[in-house]
Amino acid sequence: MRALNRKLLRDSWRMRGQLLAIVLVVVAGVATYVGMRGVMHTLYESQEQYYTEARFADGFATVRRAPERVADQLREVPGIAAVETRVLAAANLDMPGFDEPVSASIRSVPDGEEARLNRLLIREGRMVEPSRGDEVLVNEVFAEAHDLQEGDTFTATIRGQRQRLTVVGVALSPEVIIQVQPAGLFPDPERFGVLWMSRSALAAASDMDGAFNDVTFSLAPDASLDDVIERVDLLLDRFGGTGAIGRADQTSHAFLEIEFEQLENTSTVLPLIFLLVAAFLLNIVVARLVNLQREQIAMLKAFGYSDYEVGAHYITLVLGVVTAGAIVGTVLGVWIEHLLGQLYLDYFRFPSLEYSFHLPVVLTAFALTAGASLIGVLGSVRRAVRLPPAEAMRPAAPPTFKPTIIERIGLQRFFDQPTRMILRNLERQPVKSVLTVAGMSAACAILVLGLFFTDAMDYLVEAQYEIAQREDLTVTFTEPTSPRALYEIASLQGVTYAEPLRSVPVRLHHEHRTQDTSLDGILPDAYLRRVIDRELRPILIPPEGIVLSDRLAHVLRVAPGDHVRVEVREGARPTRTVPVVALTEQFIGMGAYMDFEALYRLVGEGPALSGAFLMIDDAEAQVLQHRLLDRPQVASVLSQDRVVEAFEETSAETLLVFTFILSLFAGIIAFGVIYNSARITLSERDRELASLRVLGFTRGEISYILIGEIALLTVLAIPFGFVLGSVAAAGVAATLATDLFQIPLVLTRSTFAMAATVVIASAVFSALIVRRRLHTLDLIAVLKTRE
Amino acid sequence: MVTSTSHTPTDGAAEIVFRTEGLSKIYDMGEVQVHALREVDLELYRSELVVLLGASGSGKSTLVNILGGLDTATEGRVFYRDWDLTRADDRELTQYRRRYVGFVFQFYNLIPSLTARENVAIVTEIADDPLSPEEALDLMGLGDRLDSFPSQLSGGQQQRVAIARAIAKQPAVLLCDEPTGSLDSETGVVVLEALERVNRELGTTTMIITHNVVQAEMADRVIRLSDGRISEIALNETKTPARDLTW
Repeated sequence: MRALNRKLLRDSWRMRGQLLAIVLVVVAGVATYVGMRGVMHTLYESQEQYYTEARFADGFATVRRAPERVADQLREVPGIAAVETRVLAAANLDMPGFDEPVSASIRSVPDGEEARLNRLLIREGRMVEPSRGDEVLVNEVFAEAHDLQEGDTFTATIRGQRQRLTVVGVALSPEVIIQVQPAGLFPDPERFGVLWMSRSALAAASDMDGAFNDVTFSLAPDASLDDVIERVDLLLDRFGGTGAIGRADQTSHAFLEIEFEQLENTSTVLPLIFLLVAAFLLNIVVARLVNLQREQIAMLKAFGYSDYEVGAHYITLVLGVVTAGAIVGTVLGVWIEHLLGQLYLDYFRFPSLEYSFHLPVVLTAFALTAGASLIGVLGSVRRAVRLPPAEAMRPAAPPTFKPTIIERIGLQRFFDQPTRMILRNLERQPVKSVLTVAGMSAACAILVLGLFFTDAMDYLVEAQYEIAQREDLTVTFTEPTSPRALYEIASLQGVTYAEPLRSVPVRLHHEHRTQDTSLDGILPDAYLRRVIDRELRPILIPPEGIVLSDRLAHVLRVAPGDHVRVEVREGARPTRTVPVVALTEQFIGMGAYMDFEALYRLVGEGPALSGAFLMIDDAEAQVLQHRLLDRPQVASVLSQDRVVEAFEETSAETLLVFTFILSLFAGIIAFGVIYNSARITLSERDRELASLRVLGFTRGEISYILIGEIALLTVLAIPFGFVLGSVAAAGVAATLATDLFQIPLVLTRSTFAMAATVVIASAVFSALIVRRRLHTLDLIAVLKTRE
Repeated sequence: MVTSTSHTPTDGAAEIVFRTEGLSKIYDMGEVQVHALREVDLELYRSELVVLLGASGSGKSTLVNILGGLDTATEGRVFYRDWDLTRADDRELTQYRRRYVGFVFQFYNLIPSLTARENVAIVTEIADDPLSPEEALDLMGLGDRLDSFPSQLSGGQQQRVAIARAIAKQPAVLLCDEPTGSLDSETGVVVLEALERVNRELGTTTMIITHNVVQAEMADRVIRLSDGRISEIALNETKTPARDLTW
């Protein structure tokens, strides 16, 4: 082995503590990046593969009732490749051992032939027999929630008819990769399930013999979805078509897209910030290591080593560290990928996840870390080799010190000699001090960023579900219903207060932008359902005009004072232009609101309700829910507690796993930087400190000089870290905002306190290690050699 | 390989190794300019041992650094044989140092993480026709300390490792900047003996910087520098062997 390489190995061994700390930082960065990007690719690929295998439809349309022959007309629409008609029916289920009401969507499967589109994957059991009205397949996530096995039975009410259903199998469908109830925002597999039944049996049960009420189609290559939808709508309009939709508006797919978008952002932004910070730290540490070896560089040059050879020497060191970190980080990252994959698999029901090794992701992580650290090392190597060797080898002239600002303004009498040494040292090496502070601030900032998500989620739930939406239950009606229904419901036992709900599906237009949403009526003196401003204060809804959520206003690019065109997509379907009068803070969904009376006028109908918000007596909750569902006009009953729970179990949980990983690694980074700073400061100053020991300073006193410096830098770094972390949190919150939910920028005192605590703990731990080294300082050896 | 060469600078046939013409070096220290060398004209001959004397700041180190290709002149020219070093770029100077020059520094500048053998090897590995590290260290009387690290060696031993490192590549010239500056006189003599032996047995042109007048007695020629100028060049009729020097 060449002597230079041997030097590299021995130097590395001597600095093993520091290098290990750097390796850990690199591991942290690479692991997050590889894990998060990896799971994203895995999900994308699994989705694509599943869609292809199961022939997921490109278009979906619902009608009231259309004769089967319409299917042939649809097949002739140019651009359509395959058409599958079917029957859909809503049902209420009595699940054994589960007291609350459960609703279900029962979908037909073709009798005696394989489905052309949206093929089911039977996970357990078998396909339903043709015409058997008592056999169903159940969606896997629903089967798991109720522990359903082949042969289990339960009772269902379809169009008022109770019938006993037997589970013959468990299935997956590309249509319900995420199973979300029509009115729900989050999956709730205990209270909502998708079932499949034989086409003829379901048609018989729901009066659809020879007819269909739902159709899906796939597109020929190069066909335009918009053109096809236009023709399909034209055909289906007279059968009560509500307008065909593409995949983008299909519930499960849309949810997936939103989740993927969020994952894409999370997996790009967070690890990238992380990796850059890691690279930045590596850069600082390596630059300082090279600085320490100035004389050796000069000697090598004097003996004819070229700048290139000297540079290559240190680059090898950096690449060695980065490579070690990248390898361990990749292994850990792949593990994280599988961990997150399993987490997602509970939520996204793919048949399986096709994990594959994403080399470009690994190479990107490696290139980013290596690149950033090389930039750092090249800078310092260039500085080192530029110095004439003769100069570099002579003992450096005593560094120029001067009284610090503090002393010049006459405060020195407050400081003893060692404290003055600390202050002068920091002031003399401003760049070094700034870099150390920057490194520690960055670590502190990552901690703030990691903890921020918990704050944000807590705030979101409080704002959305404790201040804006205070109802216990939301009841929706099957169709707009007379306001009398509200009084009937309010008089039910267990209901303590009721407010009307009127929600109209609308398409909002502003300039060329459009957005589908629902326009909700709000009572002037609402108690349960309110809209709130940024300070979470209820907004009084003006008697005219529309109130939009911030996100919706942003999507449409409107501000209060602008006008939007409201296209009502129900009843007589009028289109009106109304002024935007206020914006509301809304973290989940993108709502639009209007005064009740104004909404009635807009829709051009008399008073009608879509449902009711209820405040209830908890003791009566279960009985009440059953009683509500037994009413013919009630379509669904949604419990607020369940919504919050579902939210926390899904989106929040995924995010919190990310942030747990981030916080853990941020701790590692904090320790890595601080420990390295302390160790380098020690090696830069061991002669000086040993001299002081020789002059009679105690160990405590010299520890104070070194540790005092670390402490001062730590104290300086923390506030910067807070600022940096807040800025990063704001950036990430903005990046991660989706149409489904936005992350409020909220940082609590406990987050800052926690971040500061981790930084201080790292500093204390590093200081203890350094102090142990100071205590074993070999006075004679340090004074004799110049290294 | 090791031959003794008779050499007298007065001998008209003596081969010129270094020649400087009007060599000046000005350090620009912001507002003041420091003239480290002022129009130095000098010739050094093959295989001679030259001692360069002068007080601190007289320009000794600057001269040696320019001859060794570590520094460049502000004005004038310096030739290594026919090679105009003043026109050489950084890459050529690196090649020049790599092939022809050996350095010995006052503070040894050994690499602490390498053993004596490895400290020498670091230079022999990039040389064209080197001695083996063992040979070079043997020559310095350190055959039994091959695997010692610098921290396990005395100052004199460390300096002899440094000399072994400098001569192992069989350089044409050996430039020593205060090689005994950090050593006591007894250890210093051992180091000078080593340099004397290299000069005698390998025929390496050797230049030793010192401000110790006594050491001038071992030289073929003594060059005195003061205030950046050559103030005297003296020929030693009778050289005193290094082992007889005391200070």
